[in-house]
Amino acid sequence: MTDFTLWDIVRNLLLAGRWTVVLSLIAFAGGALVGLVLTLLRMGGLKPIRWLIRLYVDLFQGTPLLMQLFLAYFGAAALGFDVSAWTAASVALTLFTSAFLCDIWRGCVEAVPSGQWQASRVLGLNYLQSMRHVILPQALRLAVPPTVGFSVQVIKGTALASVIGFVELTKAGTMLNNAAFAPFTIFALVALGYFILCYPLSRYARHLEKKLYGAGIR
Amino acid sequence: MALVSVKDLHKSFGELEVLKGIDLEIEAGEVVSIIGRSGSGKSTLLRCLNQLERHDWGTIVLADQRLDGTAMSPGELSRNVGMVFQSFNLFPHKTVVENVMLAPVVVKQTPRDEARRIAESVLAKVGMSEKVDAYPAQLSGGQQQRVAIARALAMNPKVLLCDEVTSALDPELVGEVLRVLEDLASEGMTLILVTHEMKFARDVSDRVVFMHQGRIHESGDPQTLFSQPRTPELSQFIASVL
Repeated sequence: MTDFTLWDIVRNLLLAGRWTVVLSLIAFAGGALVGLVLTLLRMGGLKPIRWLIRLYVDLFQGTPLLMQLFLAYFGAAALGFDVSAWTAASVALTLFTSAFLCDIWRGCVEAVPSGQWQASRVLGLNYLQSMRHVILPQALRLAVPPTVGFSVQVIKGTALASVIGFVELTKAGTMLNNAAFAPFTIFALVALGYFILCYPLSRYARHLEKKLYGAGIR
Repeated sequence: MALVSVKDLHKSFGELEVLKGIDLEIEAGEVVSIIGRSGSGKSTLLRCLNQLERHDWGTIVLADQRLDGTAMSPGELSRNVGMVFQSFNLFPHKTVVENVMLAPVVVKQTPRDEARRIAESVLAKVGMSEKVDAYPAQLSGGQQQRVAIARALAMNPKVLLCDEVTSALDPELVGEVLRVLEDLASEGMTLILVTHEMKFARDVSDRVVFMHQGRIHESGDPQTLFSQPRTPELSQFIASVL
C-alpha cells in the first residue's frame, strides 16, 4: 500500500465521483420526465391507465433498488439484450426515481384544497385551464421541497450501481481498497464524498420548506 | 319568463335524498334568501344552480337555456351564474387583481389591459381599490370575501349565488360584506343567498324561502314570513335563530 499517497486516493475518488454525479443527473432528469408524464396521466386518465400506473409505482416502491438493478442488468442479459452497466444503471435508476416522484407529485396535486377546483370551475375554467392556472402553480410550490429532498435518495441510490460493475464513487472506493488496503481512510473519504454532494441539497430542501410554510400560503 | 326557473328538482347522494322536488322561479333583479336548518338541502340547491352538483331529475332553465349536463359548457355557465363561497377560495398564488382578472382573460379572452380595467372597477365597487396588489393571505376574512365577490362580478353574471358567505367571518367583519351585497341588490343584481343572517334576509330580500327536509316548506315576502309563519317548522326555526 506504500505506493498510494493520500492524494492518489483522493484523486481517483474524485475522478470516479464524476460518474456518481452524471448518473444522478441522468436518473433525476429522466425520472422527473417520466414521473411528470405518469403524474398527469394518473390524474386525468382513464381507470385502467390509473390502475397500471398505481401498480408501476407500487412495484418500484415495494422492491429493493438493488433487485431492480440486478433485473435491469442480468435480467436483460438473460433475455438476450446486451446492456452495458451504464445503460442498466441509468434505466433502473430512472424508473425507480420516476415511481417515487410520481407519488410525491400526486400527493402535492391532491393537497391543493378542493375549493380551488370549485372556484375555477364556477369561473368557467375547464380541466386543463384549472390545472394550468390554478392547481399546478400551487402544487409546484408544495412539490419543490420534497422533490429536492428526494434527489438526495437518488444520489445515494447510485452507490448500488457499483454491484453491477459501474465504476462510480463506491466502486472506486472498493477497487482502491483492494489495492491499497486502507479501508478506514478510503471509505471515510467515500462517505465524505456523498456527504458533500447530499448535504447542500438537504439544507436547500429544508430552506425551501421554511420559505414555503413561512409565507403562509394556506 | 323568469330568469331562473327550477321545476321538480331531485338530487340524492347515494341513499340520501337531499332535494325532494323543488319548484322555484326567480325574476331578474330579485333578491332571494334561502334559509333553513343545516341538512335541509339549501346549499345543494344552490350548487345545482351552477352545476357544481348534477341534479338527478327535474329541469333548471336559466336565461332561457336548460342546464342539463352538457347543454352549457362551464365557460358559458360562468357568464350567467357567479358564485361566492363560504371559504372565499381565492387563489393564494395570485394577487387580488390577478384573481379577478383570471377568468375574463382565460375564459372570455378579454385583452389583459381591458381585463385589468374591469378588475379595477369591480374592486372599486367592493371597496378594495387600495389592495389590488396584495396577496389573499395578507387580507382579513372580510376583505378576502369582498375580493371573491369582485372576482365573480368580473364575469358580469346575470345572477350571483352566495353560499353562506359570512359564516366563516369574525362577527365584526360580517357587516362590510353584507353592505357590499346590499349595494349590489340596490343596483338590481339578481342575488340568491343561502344565509344564516336573518336580519339581512328580512331587510334586504324580496323573498325568503324556507327549506325543510329537502322541500320548500314555506316562502313569501320577508315581513309576513318572519312575523306570521304559517307552519310550526318555520316558527320553531325562527325561534331557534332569533
